Amino acid sequence: MNIIDRRLNPQGKSLANRQRFLRRAKEQVVKAVRDASGKRGIQDIENGEKVTISTGGVREPSFHRSGAGGVRDYVVPGNKEYVEGDTIARPESGGGRGGNEGSPDGEGDDDFRFVLSREEFLDIFLEDLELPDLVKQKVKQTESHSLTRAGYSVTGSPANLNLVRTMRNSLSRRIALKRPKPAEMLELEALLREAEDRGEDPEKLREMRDQLERHYLRSKRIPFIDPIDVRYNRFETVPKPIAQAVMFCLMDVSGSMTEHMKDLAKRFFMLLFLFLKRRYRSVDIVFIRHTHEAKEVDEDTFFYSTETGGTVVSTALEEMQRIVKERYPENEWNIYAAQASDGDNMSSDNARSAGLLRDGILPLCQYFAYIEVAAEHNMGLSALGRETELWRTYKTVQGPDLPIAMRRVRSRREIFPVFRDLFAREKARA
Amino acid sequence: MTAVIDKPDSLLYDGADWDYDKIKRVYDAIEDIALKDMGLSVYPNQIEVITAEQMLDAYSSIGMPLMYKHWSFGKHFARDEMLYRKGYRGLAYEIVINSSPCISYIMEENTMTMQTLVIAHAAFGHNHFFKNNQLFQQWTDAEGILDYLEFAKSYIAQCEDRYGHHAVERVLDAAHALMNQGVHKYPKKRSLDLRLEQKRERERQEYQEQTFNDLWRTVPKVAVGGNRPSKSVSERKKLLGLPEENLLYFLEKKAPRLEHWQREILRIVRHMAQYFYPQKQTKLMNEGCATYTHYTILNEMHRRGMISEGAMLEFLHSHTSVVFQPEFDDQRFSGINPYALGFAMMQDIQRIAETPTDEDRYWFPDLAGRGDGMGALRDAWANFRDESFVLQYLSPHLMRKFKMFSVRDDAEDPYLLVENIHNERGYRGIRKLLARQYDLGFLEPDIQIVDVDLAGDRKLILHHRVTNGVLLDESDAKAVLRHIANLWGYEVQLVEVSALSDAILKEHAVTAPSGIGG
Repeated sequence: MNIIDRRLNPQGKSLANRQRFLRRAKEQVVKAVRDASGKRGIQDIENGEKVTISTGGVREPSFHRSGAGGVRDYVVPGNKEYVEGDTIARPESGGGRGGNEGSPDGEGDDDFRFVLSREEFLDIFLEDLELPDLVKQKVKQTESHSLTRAGYSVTGSPANLNLVRTMRNSLSRRIALKRPKPAEMLELEALLREAEDRGEDPEKLREMRDQLERHYLRSKRIPFIDPIDVRYNRFETVPKPIAQAVMFCLMDVSGSMTEHMKDLAKRFFMLLFLFLKRRYRSVDIVFIRHTHEAKEVDEDTFFYSTETGGTVVSTALEEMQRIVKERYPENEWNIYAAQASDGDNMSSDNARSAGLLRDGILPLCQYFAYIEVAAEHNMGLSALGRETELWRTYKTVQGPDLPIAMRRVRSRREIFPVFRDLFAREKARA
Repeated sequence: MTAVIDKPDSLLYDGADWDYDKIKRVYDAIEDIALKDMGLSVYPNQIEVITAEQMLDAYSSIGMPLMYKHWSFGKHFARDEMLYRKGYRGLAYEIVINSSPCISYIMEENTMTMQTLVIAHAAFGHNHFFKNNQLFQQWTDAEGILDYLEFAKSYIAQCEDRYGHHAVERVLDAAHALMNQGVHKYPKKRSLDLRLEQKRERERQEYQEQTFNDLWRTVPKVAVGGNRPSKSVSERKKLLGLPEENLLYFLEKKAPRLEHWQREILRIVRHMAQYFYPQKQTKLMNEGCATYTHYTILNEMHRRGMISEGAMLEFLHSHTSVVFQPEFDDQRFSGINPYALGFAMMQDIQRIAETPTDEDRYWFPDLAGRGDGMGALRDAWANFRDESFVLQYLSPHLMRKFKMFSVRDDAEDPYLLVENIHNERGYRGIRKLLARQYDLGFLEPDIQIVDVDLAGDRKLILHHRVTNGVLLDESDAKAVLRHIANLWGYEVQLVEVSALSDAILKEHAVTAPSGIGG
């Protein structure tokens, strides 16, 4: 007999098969991820996901008999009361034989369910936004590391020698082994010289000389610094605690914002979160929604409850300013803000909003992104370039040195260009 | 008294933890019982310890240690993994491979008792069956299979590099769809030999390269068959070896538009199908044999004081849950459990051989009272497959024990009819019907290639001989036909013909695909 331990063999033998499977089911998986990312919270975007896809593209057909029609015989165990000739009412569908019958178009009940890992989910999510590869790399980059002191070690490079610790070890060893101190020896020498000068008894002189000799030998045998005394500083790499960031999501939730617009906004917020998550150790999110008044709310309320009322943008900016003052002092936090709106604002509020943005908000922010979401199909109006109230207002604020980006977004693939601005700025600064 | 004191010394192990020494000791003890007491004969064993993760890996490549890459394996892995991680389903305790040496996988988290059970079950029970059953001897080559898989894996990887993933996947998809129709059911044994395979493959390639002539590309393509007189239908069928039920074989040899590598891939899949064919036909017997073996061996070990009472109870607990047979009206019922019926039949054969009743003497004149139960079992294991085994050995005693009855489900009647029950009048009927439930030839639709006019429109015509009026599942049949058309390159037609009256019940057709291989 041969017994072999295979436990240490490389894992993930079926990885190649899995990649082939995902590639094969690409269309459905992308769709499933799209649905899932619509449903999940912004902060959960980084987790894996159980996805369900229809078996359409990954069906493995074979010739087999259909589940219906014809004459069949079954032998089954457990007869209790039947005798031959008895009749049994036909069980409702699903009872007895569960013929695994696919519906004709291959979609429907028999869905295929499996779990995507975090990496795979993110990959597909980012791909769906049609990000260029370079940017994908950047977003997915792992956090940077730094070295931290972590005690001492007996090996290391000379540069890391810890002198204090080494000397302390050396000292205690010398004391323990009774190495004669240099001062003692000097004293003894002086005494000897004195005695010689005095012409002391030769017997006593010899004794003194012997003692001195012994001291010399002992101090030679016991080194001042022994290799076992040497200690080095030890360092460990730990994830670098990059400063924290807070992300403000501002959104107009008045009736004119459709579901499609909100979905676009949500995707933008997700991407921004993902981006910040890579740069900063901890990212807080604050959701502020506004109609004619602004309120800080949780994520669900933010995206899914509707409000009625007019639209006064400055309220949201004021609310943000208040929260920053209260909870996120600007010297401790990197502040990012993203505002999504369909561009409506009360005309009387425009000047105030512009003022607030210029003097109150932008000086606080690392970056302020304004995206104006539009209905997918109303190409006409915005293509003609009719600018909305808010767009015109913010345009007056825009300046070459100010950290603000403005974009109009009609479909998912247009979300990215806003980010290109952001990355371009990062590069310029570096 | 002394026996009681001696006992702890004779224990081979104690407690749940296992290590290699214990496994070695237990293996030797089991080997002793299996070979000497039971008279089994096995391939050399190789036992491999793996983790749960690796067990999942093994699942997804149909249990083989090496396999070529295909998305369907990834699909199965994804599902198995989810079911396992969410706790819907446990993992098998072992996987055993019909090869020489016979490889058994055991999981690291099993207890020592489970390892003992698994070694007895897989390394001796299944192993003996693989080595001695005539189906396996005839159809599989235990010595060559691992080498062949290695060749298949690297060949398909090479093809992917050379012709692209997509092209290879297309051929594999089609071949997988036809796997059930890719076996020779009647002996025409040819052993697999790695070197010959490689040589043949190399020669094909060399021949292609030698005879390559760019001029051929420039020759204008002429419509075929214009002036040649078409042969008579029977003559042309004979030339092509029609009718042919091994669809993969026919396509590999005769499809006009396939490239040599595509034929080679069909051949690989066909070999895989053929290799697994005996296993599909002997599930009941194979599990019955292995279960009977582990049951006998562990009882004997317990009798000899080699395992403790606690270990015996643990073993009985898992043994009884393996051979549990829910009744038809139970929530848990999902057909007849091959472990339960197989094990019961093995015990029954032994009972009939050693202590028969009058009824047994009437039903099994040759077997009853023969005395040597183990010998009778070894005969049965060597010479039968599930269908013939049930037909030969299912006893009235067992039918009563399982309270079997047969039900006829005729779609034209509003109700189901109980035809036979476990009484004098019903035994033969039940036995015949149950045997048929294990007959692959009956379970799988009978599909044959009946005609193709190579000189004409090259339309491939398949017949499905319909028994009992059960037609093919339409959407799947269509999908498979599309795969066939992809390989064949021209129109494909499938006609469902009644086996009784030759009446045409239904027709499916798929038109020629746009360009494969060309």
